[in-house]
Amino acid sequence: MQIQTGLDAGVEGALLKAEVRDLDFYYGAFHALKRVSMPIYDHKVTALIGPSGCGKSTLLRCFNRMHDLYPGNRYAGGGIVFHPDNTNLLAPDVDPIEVRMRISMVFQKPNPFPKSIYENVAYSLRVRGMRNKSELDDRVELALKGAALWNEVSNRLQELGANLSGGQQQRLCIARALASDPEIILFDEPTSALDPIATASIEELVTELKEKVTILIVTHNMQQAARISDFTAYMYLGEMVEFGVTDQIFIKPQKKATEDYITGRFG
Amino acid sequence: MTASASARPLPATVGHGISERLSKKASRHVKERIIEAVLFAAAAFSVFVTVAIVYVLVKESWVFFQTVPLTDFLFDTQWTPLFDDAHYGIMVLLSGTLTSSAVALLVAIPLGTIIALYLSEFAGFKVREIAKPFLELLGGVPTIVYGYFALTFLTPILQKIYPDLPGFNLLSAGLVMGIMIIPYVASLSEDAMRAVPMALREGSYAMGATRLQTALWVVTPAATSGIASAYILGISRAVGETMILAVAAGMQPNLTFNPTEPGATITSYIVQVALGDLPHGSIGYQTIFAAGLTLLLMTLAFNLLGYWLRKRFREVY
Repeated sequence: MQIQTGLDAGVEGALLKAEVRDLDFYYGAFHALKRVSMPIYDHKVTALIGPSGCGKSTLLRCFNRMHDLYPGNRYAGGGIVFHPDNTNLLAPDVDPIEVRMRISMVFQKPNPFPKSIYENVAYSLRVRGMRNKSELDDRVELALKGAALWNEVSNRLQELGANLSGGQQQRLCIARALASDPEIILFDEPTSALDPIATASIEELVTELKEKVTILIVTHNMQQAARISDFTAYMYLGEMVEFGVTDQIFIKPQKKATEDYITGRFG
Repeated sequence: MTASASARPLPATVGHGISERLSKKASRHVKERIIEAVLFAAAAFSVFVTVAIVYVLVKESWVFFQTVPLTDFLFDTQWTPLFDDAHYGIMVLLSGTLTSSAVALLVAIPLGTIIALYLSEFAGFKVREIAKPFLELLGGVPTIVYGYFALTFLTPILQKIYPDLPGFNLLSAGLVMGIMIIPYVASLSEDAMRAVPMALREGSYAMGATRLQTALWVVTPAATSGIASAYILGISRAVGETMILAVAAGMQPNLTFNPTEPGATITSYIVQVALGDLPHGSIGYQTIFAAGLTLLLMTLAFNLLGYWLRKRFREVY
């Protein structure tokens, strides 16, 4: 691993949750990720930034094997080592469903299921075979509290999830992702479809959530990365340009390319 | 508004100029009016035909109901309009229609839904591209062919399993009718399922759901309104189907809900009378209008139900 950019500042005491190692990925013939390496620290927020098409979402979607859903996608070398199991998540004999049970995801556009608020959150528990009503009730309440949505919806849990506002829907999706106690939650530009007030509440939530879970977030918004992340990775054209402690990346980047992007001279 | 603005006189030349431009616009306007009128006529024609059909049915049925009281029509348990001791209980024909339709739907709805789920959620691109045309071919087979298939192929097979089965029966006709309806149910349901946005499926997979869980718990509920429309269309096809029943079910008015018996349906009775030698204007001939009106009211009821279901379950993604 060649991660040399002054990590000492933020790393002491932080444990590795996962490591991307020399990962290559193809969409058909298109080489979308080129020997990408980076660490993911436990109970920290790691942000992936870079211009459109740089591969940051592609990298994020490797973590929960989302690429397996479509034909033509290929993990072509290297992998993602998941700790403490010390297993390569992308190994062909690893069951993607099991990976997704431990690594959950929140999408760009809120995508609640056409079900009640309660059933939206209970979904990730039901797919795990949980049937006990009181246990489901407890876990749903806990997840909604965790997503700072409980106070707004506790008296209308049977209403359709789609009836909520955009920001509430996104918090519902966060509750859904939280309900099953995942170890990592992946956020794919979670605020790009939201207004500034809803965005602020999601950002606040993300910072609170790292007490419970490791967070990997893709964002177009550099201020957002600076505000909420502990580590930042800058990607360009499928390559990892620079990874480091967020403050360092934004104040004193090691590479000229990163500095150009961050100061808005490019991208 | 100030006085000076309104008091300013128009230049003398302006009046003529304006009228010239107006006449040009008016000529274009006439063309548009003609096109509009043609389009309106086309739309009005279909409405007119519908109204005319309803008018004829109601008028002729009115003549029928002058002779036969409505209560007899609804509650009599015999349908013998051609006998000396004539009875006009529509229930008899209705039972045949409902029984054969129920058999058909018991085949078409489960199979059609399963096929739709498979094609939409499980089949690969190639399988779908090959399977869909075949499915649609099934819907393009003339119903008379299905009728003979029921009579000469399926009934003998069923008779081996169930020796008491008469040569003409509602069961065999209903089963084959179900096969005929499968493509309609499957194709429309599949369209509805495929219209469910990928984002919802991804959300489900990302929670660790399997394909089957995603298909049954997310895609199907999201496609409810489209699937309901598909079922309603299937029901309408079953209720309105004529040839299969005329050929294979026996055209024998029989108040029964037992599919292993022969029976006449509203549609097969209409065929029988329309092709027979009953004089126009006789009460026997008049019965087909009352029967036709009953059929129309039934399909109308199903269409309204479908409309309500579409509104009730329409999903906002």
